[in-house]
Amino acid sequence: MYIAMNITKNIHEWLLAILPETAASIVEMTLIALVYLAFFAIAGLFLVLLERKVAAWFQLRLGPNRVGFHGLMQTIADALKLVSKELTVTIKADKFLYNLAPYFVIVTALMALSLFPFSKELQAFDINIGIFFLIAISSIGVIGILLAGWSSNNKFAMIGAMRSGVQTISYELSVGLSLMTMVLMTGSLQLSEIVEVQKHGWLIVQGHIPAIIAFMIYMIAGTAETNRAPFDLVEAESELGAGFHTEYSGMKFAYFFLAEFINMFIISAIATTVFFGGYLSPFGITESIPLLGVFWFLAKTLVLIFLMMWFRWTFPRLRIDQLLVLEWKYLLPLNLMNLVLMALIVLLKLTIKF
Amino acid sequence: MEKIVFYILALLMIVFAIASVTSRKMLRSVVYLLFVLIGIAGIYFLIDYNFLAAIQLTIYAGGIIVLVIFSVLLVHHIEMELELAKISKQILTGVLCLFGLGVFLATIYSYDFKVVENYKTTTVADIGSGLLSYDRGGFILPFEVISILLLAAMIGAIIIGKGDKLTQKDETI
Repeated sequence: MYIAMNITKNIHEWLLAILPETAASIVEMTLIALVYLAFFAIAGLFLVLLERKVAAWFQLRLGPNRVGFHGLMQTIADALKLVSKELTVTIKADKFLYNLAPYFVIVTALMALSLFPFSKELQAFDINIGIFFLIAISSIGVIGILLAGWSSNNKFAMIGAMRSGVQTISYELSVGLSLMTMVLMTGSLQLSEIVEVQKHGWLIVQGHIPAIIAFMIYMIAGTAETNRAPFDLVEAESELGAGFHTEYSGMKFAYFFLAEFINMFIISAIATTVFFGGYLSPFGITESIPLLGVFWFLAKTLVLIFLMMWFRWTFPRLRIDQLLVLEWKYLLPLNLMNLVLMALIVLLKLTIKF
Repeated sequence: MEKIVFYILALLMIVFAIASVTSRKMLRSVVYLLFVLIGIAGIYFLIDYNFLAAIQLTIYAGGIIVLVIFSVLLVHHIEMELELAKISKQILTGVLCLFGLGVFLATIYSYDFKVVENYKTTTVADIGSGLLSYDRGGFILPFEVISILLLAAMIGAIIIGKGDKLTQKDETI
Protein backbone atom coordinates (compact mmCIF):
# COMPACT_ATOMS: atom_id res chain seq x y z
CA MET A 1 0.00 0.00 0.00
CA TYR A 2 3.02 2.26 0.14
CA ILE A 3 4.61 4.22 -2.61
CA ALA A 4 8.21 3.08 -2.52
CA MET A 5 9.92 6.13 -3.91
CA ASN A 6 12.65 8.14 -2.28
CA ILE A 7 10.55 11.11 -1.30
CA THR A 8 7.88 8.95 0.29
CA LYS A 9 10.52 6.85 2.03
CA ASN A 10 11.86 10.00 3.62
CA ILE A 11 8.41 11.08 4.73
CA HIS A 12 7.74 7.58 6.04
CA GLU A 13 10.91 7.55 8.14
CA TRP A 14 10.32 11.06 9.40
CA LEU A 15 6.75 10.20 10.44
CA LEU A 16 7.88 7.03 12.19
CA ALA A 17 10.45 9.06 14.10
CA ILE A 18 7.96 11.49 15.56
CA LEU A 19 4.80 9.37 15.88
CA PRO A 20 3.85 5.89 17.12
CA GLU A 21 3.41 3.32 14.35
CA THR A 22 -0.39 3.30 14.17
CA ALA A 23 -0.64 7.07 14.06
CA ALA A 24 2.14 7.25 11.48
CA SER A 25 0.38 4.83 9.14
CA ILE A 26 -2.91 6.70 9.53
CA VAL A 27 -1.17 9.98 8.73
CA GLU A 28 0.48 8.34 5.74
CA MET A 29 -2.81 7.04 4.38
CA THR A 30 -4.36 10.46 4.85
CA LEU A 31 -1.48 12.07 2.98
CA ILE A 32 -1.81 9.63 0.09
CA ALA A 33 -5.56 10.21 -0.03
CA LEU A 34 -4.96 13.97 -0.11
CA VAL A 35 -2.46 13.63 -2.95
CA TYR A 36 -4.96 11.61 -4.95
CA LEU A 37 -7.74 14.06 -4.13
CA ALA A 38 -5.58 16.92 -5.40
CA PHE A 39 -4.78 14.96 -8.54
CA PHE A 40 -8.49 14.22 -8.90
CA ALA A 41 -9.44 17.90 -8.76
CA ILE A 42 -6.65 19.11 -11.02
CA ALA A 43 -7.13 16.36 -13.62
CA GLY A 44 -10.87 16.94 -13.62
CA LEU A 45 -10.51 20.67 -14.14
CA PHE A 46 -8.01 20.35 -16.94
CA LEU A 47 -10.02 17.64 -18.67
CA VAL A 48 -12.97 20.03 -18.74
CA LEU A 49 -10.70 22.62 -20.32
CA LEU A 50 -9.39 20.05 -22.79
CA GLU A 51 -12.92 19.06 -23.72
CA ARG A 52 -13.83 22.67 -24.43
CA LYS A 53 -10.68 23.23 -26.45
CA VAL A 54 -11.18 20.04 -28.46
CA ALA A 55 -14.83 20.92 -29.04
CA ALA A 56 -13.78 24.35 -30.28
CA TRP A 57 -11.18 22.79 -32.54
CA PHE A 58 -13.71 20.42 -34.08
CA GLN A 59 -16.16 23.25 -34.64
CA LEU A 60 -13.53 25.69 -36.01
CA ARG A 61 -13.80 28.04 -33.03
CA LEU A 62 -11.15 29.32 -30.64
CA GLY A 63 -12.63 28.09 -27.38
CA PRO A 64 -11.89 29.71 -24.01
CA ASN A 65 -8.94 32.08 -24.50
CA ARG A 66 -9.41 35.01 -22.09
CA VAL A 67 -8.38 33.81 -18.64
CA GLY A 68 -4.67 33.13 -18.40
CA PHE A 69 -2.41 32.03 -21.23
CA HIS A 70 -4.68 30.72 -24.03
CA GLY A 71 -7.45 30.30 -21.48
CA LEU A 72 -5.54 27.87 -19.28
CA MET A 73 -7.08 29.26 -16.09
CA GLN A 74 -10.63 29.26 -17.42
CA THR A 75 -11.86 26.14 -15.61
CA ILE A 76 -10.20 27.16 -12.35
CA ALA A 77 -12.13 30.41 -12.53
CA ASP A 78 -15.28 28.40 -13.27
CA ALA A 79 -14.63 26.20 -10.24
CA LEU A 80 -14.19 29.29 -8.04
CA LYS A 81 -17.49 30.60 -9.34
CA LEU A 82 -19.20 27.27 -8.61
CA VAL A 83 -17.81 27.18 -5.06
CA SER A 84 -19.23 30.61 -4.32
CA LYS A 85 -22.67 29.80 -5.74
CA GLU A 86 -25.73 29.21 -3.62
CA LEU A 87 -26.79 25.60 -3.12
CA THR A 88 -30.47 25.49 -3.96
CA VAL A 89 -32.67 22.62 -2.79
CA THR A 90 -36.19 21.79 -3.84
CA ILE A 91 -38.48 21.79 -0.79
CA LYS A 92 -40.04 18.41 -1.50
CA ALA A 93 -36.77 16.63 -2.22
CA ASP A 94 -35.56 13.85 0.07
CA LYS A 95 -32.77 15.94 1.61
CA PHE A 96 -30.67 13.12 3.00
CA LEU A 97 -30.45 11.15 -0.25
CA TYR A 98 -30.22 14.36 -2.28
CA ASN A 99 -27.11 15.41 -0.38
CA LEU A 100 -25.66 11.89 -0.29
CA ALA A 101 -25.88 11.16 -4.02
CA PRO A 102 -22.89 13.23 -5.27
CA TYR A 103 -20.57 11.54 -2.79
CA PHE A 104 -21.35 8.08 -4.16
CA VAL A 105 -20.19 9.19 -7.57
CA ILE A 106 -17.12 11.02 -6.26
CA VAL A 107 -15.95 8.37 -3.80
CA THR A 108 -16.19 5.51 -6.28
CA ALA A 109 -14.27 7.51 -8.86
CA LEU A 110 -11.59 8.32 -6.28
CA MET A 111 -11.33 4.68 -5.17
CA ALA A 112 -10.90 3.50 -8.74
CA LEU A 113 -8.19 6.10 -9.27
CA SER A 114 -6.08 4.69 -6.45
CA LEU A 115 -5.55 1.37 -8.25
CA PHE A 116 -3.65 2.53 -11.30
CA PRO A 117 0.09 1.99 -11.60
CA PHE A 118 1.20 5.40 -12.84
CA SER A 119 4.76 4.16 -12.96
CA LYS A 120 6.52 1.08 -11.69
CA GLU A 121 6.60 2.37 -8.15
CA LEU A 122 3.85 4.95 -8.12
CA GLN A 123 0.79 2.92 -7.21
CA ALA A 124 -1.25 3.48 -4.09
CA PHE A 125 -3.04 0.15 -3.77
CA ASP A 126 -1.75 -2.92 -5.60
CA ILE A 127 -4.51 -5.40 -4.80
CA ASN A 128 -4.25 -8.92 -6.22
CA ILE A 129 -7.66 -8.75 -7.89
CA GLY A 130 -7.03 -5.29 -9.40
CA ILE A 131 -9.14 -5.38 -12.55
CA PHE A 132 -12.02 -7.21 -10.91
CA PHE A 133 -12.01 -4.65 -8.12
CA LEU A 134 -12.17 -1.86 -10.70
CA ILE A 135 -15.23 -3.46 -12.28
CA ALA A 136 -16.81 -3.92 -8.85
CA ILE A 137 -16.21 -0.29 -7.91
CA SER A 138 -17.52 1.07 -11.17
CA SER A 139 -20.78 -0.80 -10.66
CA ILE A 140 -21.46 1.17 -7.48
CA GLY A 141 -21.16 4.62 -9.04
CA VAL A 142 -24.49 4.27 -10.81
CA ILE A 143 -26.28 4.14 -7.45
CA GLY A 144 -25.35 7.79 -6.96
CA ILE A 145 -26.97 8.72 -10.24
CA LEU A 146 -30.13 6.72 -9.48
CA LEU A 147 -30.40 8.29 -6.03
CA ALA A 148 -29.85 11.78 -7.44
CA GLY A 149 -32.59 11.32 -9.99
CA TRP A 150 -35.11 9.92 -7.56
CA SER A 151 -34.48 12.19 -4.61
CA SER A 152 -34.75 15.45 -6.56
CA ASN A 153 -38.48 14.72 -6.98
CA ASN A 154 -38.42 15.85 -10.59
CA LYS A 155 -39.84 13.77 -13.41
CA PHE A 156 -37.14 14.64 -15.92
CA ALA A 157 -34.40 13.88 -13.42
CA MET A 158 -36.05 10.56 -12.66
CA ILE A 159 -36.30 9.56 -16.34
CA GLY A 160 -32.65 10.53 -16.78
CA ALA A 161 -31.64 8.41 -13.82
CA MET A 162 -33.63 5.41 -15.07
CA ARG A 163 -32.01 5.68 -18.47
CA SER A 164 -28.61 5.87 -16.85
CA GLY A 165 -29.33 2.77 -14.78
CA VAL A 166 -30.43 0.74 -17.78
CA GLN A 167 -27.45 1.89 -19.78
CA THR A 168 -24.83 1.26 -17.11
CA ILE A 169 -26.15 -2.17 -16.11
CA SER A 170 -26.18 -3.28 -19.74
CA TYR A 171 -22.80 -1.95 -20.76
CA GLU A 172 -21.05 -3.10 -17.61
CA LEU A 173 -21.27 -6.62 -19.02
CA SER A 174 -19.39 -5.65 -22.13
CA VAL A 175 -16.72 -3.77 -20.21
CA GLY A 176 -16.20 -6.74 -17.90
CA LEU A 177 -16.18 -9.35 -20.64
CA SER A 178 -13.79 -7.46 -22.90
CA LEU A 179 -11.39 -7.00 -19.98
CA MET A 180 -11.73 -10.70 -19.12
CA THR A 181 -10.73 -11.48 -22.69
CA MET A 182 -7.44 -9.72 -22.05
CA VAL A 183 -7.01 -11.35 -18.65
CA LEU A 184 -6.89 -14.70 -20.47
CA MET A 185 -3.53 -13.61 -21.86
CA THR A 186 -2.05 -12.11 -18.72
CA GLY A 187 -3.10 -14.91 -16.37
CA SER A 188 -3.36 -12.42 -13.52
CA LEU A 189 -5.82 -9.81 -12.35
CA GLN A 190 -3.21 -7.69 -10.59
CA LEU A 191 -2.66 -4.47 -12.49
CA SER A 192 1.09 -4.29 -11.89
CA GLU A 193 1.52 -7.84 -13.19
CA ILE A 194 -0.64 -7.12 -16.21
CA VAL A 195 1.76 -4.33 -17.07
CA GLU A 196 4.82 -6.52 -16.46
CA VAL A 197 3.49 -9.14 -18.91
CA GLN A 198 3.49 -6.49 -21.60
CA LYS A 199 7.29 -6.14 -21.60
CA HIS A 200 7.14 -8.61 -24.50
CA GLY A 201 4.89 -6.36 -26.54
CA TRP A 202 1.72 -4.55 -25.62
CA LEU A 203 -1.28 -6.81 -25.20
CA ILE A 204 -3.08 -5.30 -28.17
CA VAL A 205 -0.12 -6.46 -30.30
CA GLN A 206 0.30 -9.77 -28.47
CA GLY A 207 -3.34 -10.73 -28.88
CA HIS A 208 -3.69 -9.27 -32.42
CA ILE A 209 -7.22 -9.90 -33.85
CA PRO A 210 -9.26 -10.74 -30.71
CA ALA A 211 -7.41 -8.07 -28.75
CA ILE A 212 -8.31 -5.41 -31.29
CA ILE A 213 -11.95 -6.54 -31.25
CA ALA A 214 -11.90 -6.47 -27.46
CA PHE A 215 -10.42 -2.97 -27.51
CA MET A 216 -13.11 -1.66 -29.84
CA ILE A 217 -15.88 -3.21 -27.73
CA TYR A 218 -14.23 -1.84 -24.59
CA MET A 219 -14.06 1.71 -25.95
CA ILE A 220 -17.71 1.63 -27.09
CA ALA A 221 -18.93 0.19 -23.80
CA GLY A 222 -16.64 2.48 -21.81
CA THR A 223 -18.03 5.56 -23.55
CA ALA A 224 -21.51 4.31 -22.74
CA GLU A 225 -20.58 3.73 -19.11
CA THR A 226 -19.42 7.29 -18.64
CA ASN A 227 -22.75 8.52 -20.10
CA ARG A 228 -20.99 10.56 -22.74
CA ALA A 229 -22.17 11.36 -26.24
CA PRO A 230 -23.20 9.46 -28.37
CA PHE A 231 -24.66 7.63 -25.37
CA ASP A 232 -25.70 10.72 -23.40
CA LEU A 233 -29.42 9.93 -23.26
CA VAL A 234 -29.10 10.45 -19.54
CA GLU A 235 -28.79 14.18 -19.94
CA ALA A 236 -30.19 14.70 -23.41
CA GLU A 237 -30.74 18.45 -23.26
CA SER A 238 -33.50 18.54 -25.84
CA GLU A 239 -35.60 15.97 -24.00
CA LEU A 240 -34.77 16.01 -20.31
CA GLY A 241 -33.32 19.36 -19.28
CA ALA A 242 -30.06 18.30 -17.70
CA GLY A 243 -31.14 14.78 -16.75
CA PHE A 244 -30.43 13.47 -13.28
CA HIS A 245 -28.61 16.61 -12.10
CA THR A 246 -31.30 19.09 -13.14
CA GLU A 247 -31.99 20.07 -9.53
CA TYR A 248 -28.39 20.34 -8.44
CA SER A 249 -26.55 23.64 -8.28
CA GLY A 250 -23.19 25.03 -7.33
CA MET A 251 -20.60 22.66 -5.98
CA LYS A 252 -22.91 19.62 -5.86
CA PHE A 253 -23.45 19.92 -9.57
CA ALA A 254 -19.71 20.34 -9.98
CA TYR A 255 -19.16 17.02 -8.20
CA PHE A 256 -21.22 15.20 -10.81
CA PHE A 257 -19.54 17.11 -13.57
CA LEU A 258 -16.02 16.43 -12.28
CA ALA A 259 -16.84 12.77 -11.68
CA GLU A 260 -17.98 12.40 -15.26
CA PHE A 261 -14.62 13.62 -16.50
CA ILE A 262 -12.69 11.56 -13.98
CA ASN A 263 -14.67 8.52 -15.09
CA MET A 264 -13.57 9.26 -18.62
CA PHE A 265 -10.00 9.38 -17.34
CA ILE A 266 -10.51 6.07 -15.51
CA ILE A 267 -11.93 4.31 -18.57
CA SER A 268 -8.99 5.55 -20.65
CA ALA A 269 -6.51 4.63 -17.93
CA ILE A 270 -7.87 1.06 -17.74
CA ALA A 271 -7.54 0.80 -21.52
CA THR A 272 -3.98 2.12 -21.27
CA THR A 273 -3.06 -0.37 -18.58
CA VAL A 274 -4.68 -3.39 -20.18
CA PHE A 275 -4.17 -2.79 -23.88
CA PHE A 276 -1.31 -0.33 -24.33
CA GLY A 277 1.31 -1.35 -21.82
CA GLY A 278 0.56 1.12 -19.01
CA TYR A 279 3.71 2.94 -18.00
CA LEU A 280 5.98 0.98 -20.37
CA SER A 281 7.56 3.09 -23.08
CA PRO A 282 7.17 2.03 -26.73
CA PHE A 283 10.01 -0.46 -27.59
CA GLY A 284 11.51 0.18 -24.16
CA ILE A 285 13.26 3.38 -25.23
CA THR A 286 13.22 4.98 -21.79
CA GLU A 287 13.44 1.85 -19.68
CA SER A 288 16.44 3.21 -17.77
CA ILE A 289 14.43 6.15 -16.39
CA PRO A 290 11.52 4.64 -14.42
CA LEU A 291 10.10 8.04 -13.53
CA LEU A 292 9.27 8.69 -17.19
CA GLY A 293 6.65 5.96 -16.81
CA VAL A 294 4.28 8.59 -15.45
CA PHE A 295 4.76 10.59 -18.63
CA TRP A 296 4.05 7.60 -20.88
CA PHE A 297 1.03 6.56 -18.84
CA LEU A 298 -0.50 10.03 -18.97
CA ALA A 299 0.38 10.48 -22.66
CA LYS A 300 -1.33 7.24 -23.68
CA THR A 301 -4.32 8.02 -21.49
CA LEU A 302 -4.65 11.48 -23.00
CA VAL A 303 -4.61 10.04 -26.51
CA LEU A 304 -7.47 7.71 -25.57
CA ILE A 305 -9.35 10.58 -23.90
CA PHE A 306 -8.95 12.53 -27.12
CA LEU A 307 -10.44 9.53 -28.93
CA MET A 308 -13.47 9.62 -26.65
CA MET A 309 -13.90 13.36 -27.26
CA TRP A 310 -13.62 12.68 -30.96
CA PHE A 311 -16.52 10.20 -30.64
CA ARG A 312 -18.56 12.90 -28.97
CA TRP A 313 -18.28 15.33 -31.81
CA THR A 314 -18.58 12.74 -34.57
CA PHE A 315 -21.56 10.51 -33.83
CA PRO A 316 -25.19 11.54 -33.36
CA ARG A 317 -26.98 10.47 -30.20
CA LEU A 318 -28.53 6.99 -30.17
CA ARG A 319 -32.16 6.34 -29.30
CA ILE A 320 -32.79 4.20 -26.24
CA ASP A 321 -33.88 1.16 -28.27
CA GLN A 322 -30.85 1.46 -30.55
CA LEU A 323 -28.68 1.67 -27.46
CA LEU A 324 -30.07 -1.56 -26.03
CA VAL A 325 -30.03 -3.37 -29.37
CA LEU A 326 -26.39 -2.41 -29.84
CA GLU A 327 -25.44 -3.90 -26.49
CA TRP A 328 -27.59 -7.01 -26.27
CA LYS A 329 -27.76 -8.05 -29.90
CA TYR A 330 -24.33 -7.06 -31.18
CA LEU A 331 -21.71 -6.32 -28.53
CA LEU A 332 -22.55 -9.11 -26.07
CA PRO A 333 -22.64 -12.06 -28.53
CA LEU A 334 -19.59 -10.67 -30.29
CA ASN A 335 -17.85 -10.43 -26.95
CA LEU A 336 -18.64 -14.01 -25.97
CA MET A 337 -17.39 -15.32 -29.30
CA ASN A 338 -14.32 -13.15 -28.95
CA LEU A 339 -13.66 -14.66 -25.53
CA VAL A 340 -13.70 -18.17 -27.02
CA LEU A 341 -11.47 -17.06 -29.88
CA MET A 342 -8.97 -15.55 -27.45
CA ALA A 343 -9.00 -18.71 -25.34
CA LEU A 344 -8.21 -20.75 -28.46
CA ILE A 345 -5.39 -18.42 -29.45
CA VAL A 346 -3.83 -18.54 -26.00
CA LEU A 347 -4.24 -22.33 -25.91
CA LEU A 348 -2.59 -22.82 -29.32
CA LYS A 349 0.13 -20.27 -28.41
CA LEU A 350 -0.62 -18.09 -31.42
CA THR A 351 0.13 -14.86 -29.54
CA ILE A 352 2.83 -12.59 -30.91
CA LYS A 353 5.72 -12.07 -28.51
CA PHE A 354 8.89 -10.16 -29.07
CA MET B 1 -5.26 -0.94 14.39
CA GLU B 2 -7.21 -3.84 12.88
CA LYS B 3 -9.29 -4.09 16.02
CA ILE B 4 -10.26 -0.42 15.79
CA VAL B 5 -11.22 -0.80 12.13
CA PHE B 6 -13.25 -3.91 12.97
CA TYR B 7 -15.17 -2.19 15.74
CA ILE B 8 -15.86 0.85 13.57
CA LEU B 9 -17.16 -1.39 10.79
CA ALA B 10 -19.23 -3.52 13.17
CA LEU B 11 -20.77 -0.46 14.78
CA LEU B 12 -21.61 1.07 11.41
CA MET B 13 -23.16 -2.18 10.22
CA ILE B 14 -25.35 -2.55 13.32
CA VAL B 15 -26.46 1.07 13.24
CA PHE B 16 -27.33 0.96 9.55
CA ALA B 17 -29.01 -2.43 9.86
CA ILE B 18 -31.30 -1.03 12.55
CA ALA B 19 -31.85 2.13 10.53
CA SER B 20 -32.69 0.02 7.51
CA VAL B 21 -35.56 -1.79 9.20
CA THR B 22 -36.87 1.20 11.11
CA SER B 23 -36.82 3.81 8.36
CA ARG B 24 -40.26 4.52 6.92
CA LYS B 25 -39.00 5.78 3.60
CA MET B 26 -38.40 2.89 1.27
CA LEU B 27 -35.41 4.14 -0.71
CA ARG B 28 -33.67 5.31 2.45
CA SER B 29 -33.84 1.83 3.93
CA VAL B 30 -32.43 0.44 0.69
CA VAL B 31 -29.50 2.85 0.98
CA TYR B 32 -28.94 1.87 4.62
CA LEU B 33 -28.94 -1.77 3.52
CA LEU B 34 -26.34 -0.85 0.93
CA PHE B 35 -24.12 0.55 3.70
CA VAL B 36 -24.50 -2.70 5.65
CA LEU B 37 -23.45 -4.72 2.59
CA ILE B 38 -20.47 -2.46 1.99
CA GLY B 39 -19.55 -2.92 5.64
CA ILE B 40 -19.56 -6.70 5.14
CA ALA B 41 -17.25 -6.21 2.16
CA GLY B 42 -15.04 -4.18 4.48
CA ILE B 43 -14.89 -7.09 6.94
CA TYR B 44 -13.86 -9.41 4.10
CA PHE B 45 -11.08 -6.99 3.19
CA LEU B 46 -10.03 -6.95 6.81
CA ILE B 47 -9.52 -10.72 6.82
CA ASP B 48 -7.60 -10.43 3.55
CA TYR B 49 -10.23 -12.17 1.49
CA ASN B 50 -10.13 -9.75 -1.42
CA PHE B 51 -11.94 -11.88 -3.96
CA LEU B 52 -14.99 -12.42 -1.79
CA ALA B 53 -15.02 -8.71 -0.94
CA ALA B 54 -15.04 -7.76 -4.60
CA ILE B 55 -17.78 -10.34 -5.26
CA GLN B 56 -19.75 -8.82 -2.39
CA LEU B 57 -19.39 -5.38 -3.95
CA THR B 58 -20.32 -6.52 -7.47
CA ILE B 59 -23.19 -8.88 -6.69
CA TYR B 60 -24.81 -7.25 -3.68
CA ALA B 61 -23.94 -3.58 -3.91
CA GLY B 62 -23.67 -3.31 -7.67
CA GLY B 63 -26.26 -5.86 -8.76
CA ILE B 64 -28.96 -6.53 -6.23
CA ILE B 65 -29.13 -3.07 -4.67
CA VAL B 66 -29.26 -1.42 -8.09
CA LEU B 67 -32.12 -3.73 -9.08
CA VAL B 68 -33.94 -3.02 -5.81
CA ILE B 69 -33.47 0.72 -6.32
CA PHE B 70 -34.81 0.28 -9.83
CA SER B 71 -37.97 -1.40 -8.65
CA VAL B 72 -38.44 1.18 -5.90
CA LEU B 73 -38.01 3.91 -8.51
CA LEU B 74 -40.77 2.34 -10.58
CA VAL B 75 -43.37 1.76 -7.89
CA HIS B 76 -42.72 4.22 -5.09
CA HIS B 77 -43.38 7.94 -5.05
CA ILE B 78 -41.14 10.21 -3.02
CA GLU B 79 -43.95 11.43 -0.74
CA MET B 80 -45.18 7.97 0.23
CA GLU B 81 -44.24 6.45 3.55
CA LEU B 82 -44.45 2.84 4.62
CA GLU B 83 -47.35 1.99 6.94
CA LEU B 84 -46.78 1.10 10.56
CA ALA B 85 -47.72 -2.45 11.47
CA LYS B 86 -50.27 -3.29 14.18
CA ILE B 87 -49.01 -3.28 17.76
CA SER B 88 -49.65 -7.03 18.17
CA LYS B 89 -47.62 -7.78 15.05
CA GLN B 90 -44.82 -5.48 16.22
CA ILE B 91 -44.62 -7.29 19.54
CA LEU B 92 -44.69 -10.70 17.83
CA THR B 93 -41.85 -9.69 15.50
CA GLY B 94 -39.86 -8.28 18.39
CA VAL B 95 -40.21 -11.50 20.39
CA LEU B 96 -39.24 -13.62 17.39
CA CYS B 97 -36.19 -11.45 16.72
CA LEU B 98 -35.10 -11.64 20.36
CA PHE B 99 -35.52 -15.43 20.26
CA GLY B 100 -33.40 -15.66 17.11
CA LEU B 101 -30.74 -13.43 18.64
CA GLY B 102 -30.76 -15.58 21.77
CA VAL B 103 -30.24 -18.82 19.82
CA PHE B 104 -27.47 -17.15 17.83
CA LEU B 105 -25.63 -15.81 20.88
CA ALA B 106 -26.07 -19.09 22.79
CA THR B 107 -24.54 -21.02 19.90
CA ILE B 108 -21.64 -18.61 19.58
CA TYR B 109 -20.80 -18.53 23.29
CA SER B 110 -21.06 -22.32 23.73
CA TYR B 111 -17.87 -22.76 21.67
CA ASP B 112 -14.55 -21.19 22.41
CA PHE B 113 -12.92 -19.75 19.33
CA LYS B 114 -9.26 -20.10 18.54
CA VAL B 115 -7.66 -17.26 16.66
CA VAL B 116 -6.15 -18.60 13.46
CA GLU B 117 -3.17 -16.79 12.09
CA ASN B 118 -4.16 -16.61 8.45
CA TYR B 119 -1.73 -14.79 6.23
CA LYS B 120 -2.50 -16.74 3.09
CA THR B 121 -4.86 -14.95 0.73
CA THR B 122 -6.83 -17.18 -1.61
CA THR B 123 -5.80 -16.47 -5.16
CA VAL B 124 -8.29 -16.27 -7.99
CA ALA B 125 -6.53 -19.15 -9.73
CA ASP B 126 -7.25 -21.43 -6.74
CA ILE B 127 -10.90 -20.48 -6.77
CA GLY B 128 -11.16 -21.03 -10.51
CA SER B 129 -9.57 -24.47 -10.49
CA GLY B 130 -11.59 -25.41 -7.39
CA LEU B 131 -14.81 -24.51 -9.16
CA LEU B 132 -14.04 -26.61 -12.20
CA SER B 133 -12.26 -29.63 -10.68
CA TYR B 134 -14.09 -32.94 -10.29
CA ASP B 135 -11.61 -34.45 -7.82
CA ARG B 136 -12.15 -34.46 -4.08
CA GLY B 137 -13.09 -30.99 -2.88
CA GLY B 138 -14.01 -29.86 -6.37
CA PHE B 139 -17.18 -27.89 -6.97
CA ILE B 140 -18.06 -28.84 -10.52
CA LEU B 141 -21.45 -30.36 -9.63
CA PRO B 142 -22.85 -27.40 -7.65
CA PHE B 143 -21.41 -25.11 -10.30
CA GLU B 144 -23.28 -26.88 -13.08
CA VAL B 145 -26.48 -27.17 -11.01
CA ILE B 146 -26.38 -23.42 -10.38
CA SER B 147 -25.87 -22.69 -14.06
CA ILE B 148 -28.87 -24.87 -14.98
CA LEU B 149 -30.93 -23.12 -12.32
CA LEU B 150 -29.93 -19.72 -13.70
CA LEU B 151 -30.76 -20.83 -17.23
CA ALA B 152 -34.20 -22.00 -16.08
CA ALA B 153 -34.75 -18.68 -14.28
CA MET B 154 -33.75 -16.77 -17.40
CA ILE B 155 -36.13 -18.74 -19.64
CA GLY B 156 -38.90 -18.22 -17.09
CA ALA B 157 -38.20 -14.47 -17.02
CA ILE B 158 -38.33 -14.29 -20.80
CA ILE B 159 -41.64 -16.17 -20.93
CA ILE B 160 -43.20 -13.98 -18.24
CA GLY B 161 -41.81 -10.83 -19.83
CA LYS B 162 -43.03 -11.68 -23.32
CA GLY B 163 -46.51 -12.71 -22.16
CA ASP B 164 -48.98 -12.95 -25.02
CA LYS B 165 -46.44 -11.94 -27.60
CA LEU B 166 -44.89 -15.42 -27.53
CA THR B 167 -47.92 -17.04 -29.09
CA GLN B 168 -48.83 -14.28 -31.52
CA LYS B 169 -46.67 -13.41 -34.45
CA ASP B 170 -45.40 -9.92 -33.79
CA GLU B 171 -44.16 -7.97 -36.78
CA THR B 172 -43.38 -4.74 -34.96
CA ILE B 173 -40.12 -5.78 -33.38
